[in-house]
Amino acid sequence: MPKRLETVVLHDSSTPVFGDIEKGGSVIVTTFDTVLNQIRANSLFPLTFGLACCAIEMMSTAGSRFDISRFGMEAFRASPRQADLMIIAGRLSKKMAPVLRQIYDQMPEPKFVISMGACASSGGVYNNYAIVQGADQVVPVDVYVPGCPPSPDALLYGILKLQDKIKKGHSPKHFKDLRVIETTPRVIEKVEF
Amino acid sequence: MEVVRDVVKPIIAGFGITRRRLAHKKVTIMYPEEKRQQYPRTRWRHVLTRYESGLERCIGCSLCAGACPARCIYVQASENTDAERYSPGERYAVRYEINMIRCIFCGYCQEACPTGAIVLRNDFELANYRREDFIFTKEMLLEPMPLQ
Ligand code: SF4
Ligand code: SF4
Ligand code: SF4
Repeated sequence: MPKRLETVVLHDSSTPVFGDIEKGGSVIVTTFDTVLNQIRANSLFPLTFGLACCAIEMMSTAGSRFDISRFGMEAFRASPRQADLMIIAGRLSKKMAPVLRQIYDQMPEPKFVISMGACASSGGVYNNYAIVQGADQVVPVDVYVPGCPPSPDALLYGILKLQDKIKKGHSPKHFKDLRVIETTPRVIEKVEF
Repeated sequence: MEVVRDVVKPIIAGFGITRRRLAHKKVTIMYPEEKRQQYPRTRWRHVLTRYESGLERCIGCSLCAGACPARCIYVQASENTDAERYSPGERYAVRYEINMIRCIFCGYCQEACPTGAIVLRNDFELANYRREDFIFTKEMLLEPMPLQ
């Protein structure tokens, strides 16, 4: 009966499969979470979060030459409410950090973060007063992609690593696994010029 | 007649573009299965090379660390002895670490190296989950021994 489900699920080796796959007509026993993780991994909605030069390579990843839609994530969303993957593409300045955190908080769970490029991951060459030395000081990062900028293939490799992670079930399953979300509004200091 | 002019004709013209596009060359690179050919001067992951004899080229001079704009190379040199010889010169690098996550793959280290020890090759698959995994030690960077 579920021919379709078979072709989708059999792709992944992390899914427990019983019966003879070669002969077709097998029974698949799996958990709801596993199926859900497969779906999650193959339909990520990235947020348009280009901060600097790395964003050019992120855009080119969405182009037809590298074609991110092969992994079901061509729909870049401008609204955090509709996105579940944040690709931090570019250097994160200290002025931008509260904005990044706020947008991250607005994304619905489960959410994933890829830190793209040397600047977003560690500060890169900009070891100075203006740049946050690694986006992981502000938001939890799932995959780091080194490079300046990472070529589209390198970013795709990072995305595949993230898909692996999601398929292995690293998305939060219980309420206590959820990342800490700020429930009280932050007091943002007024800046005098 | 206006329907034909305003609706049918533009649709046929539009599909004409689609039909012509079908004959074009396919540009998509099916990345995980098929990798694109890198350009000859592509700079990605570093490799510490050896001479044909198996001795390391690196002499622990730290010129690469001085040239690095991201300050992501750490070299600790030590003296070669006749019993334990790693490189042909007087000294060798006992520790050689590159912080890949801070490196911007500019290739200045390759330019600065007097012996051509550090070279940037084209392995771009470097993404990982933890920031600590990006400290590449000398063992990870060194080429394997050449076949005798
Ligand atoms: S890593 Fe390089 S390309 Fe990316 S934002 Fe920083 S300077 Fe720009
Ligand atoms: S490529 Fe550039 S940034 Fe990377 S280690 Fe060499 S000199 Fe430093
Ligand atoms: S890699 Fe080259 S420049 Fe760097 S310490 Fe070794 S010999 Fe000197």
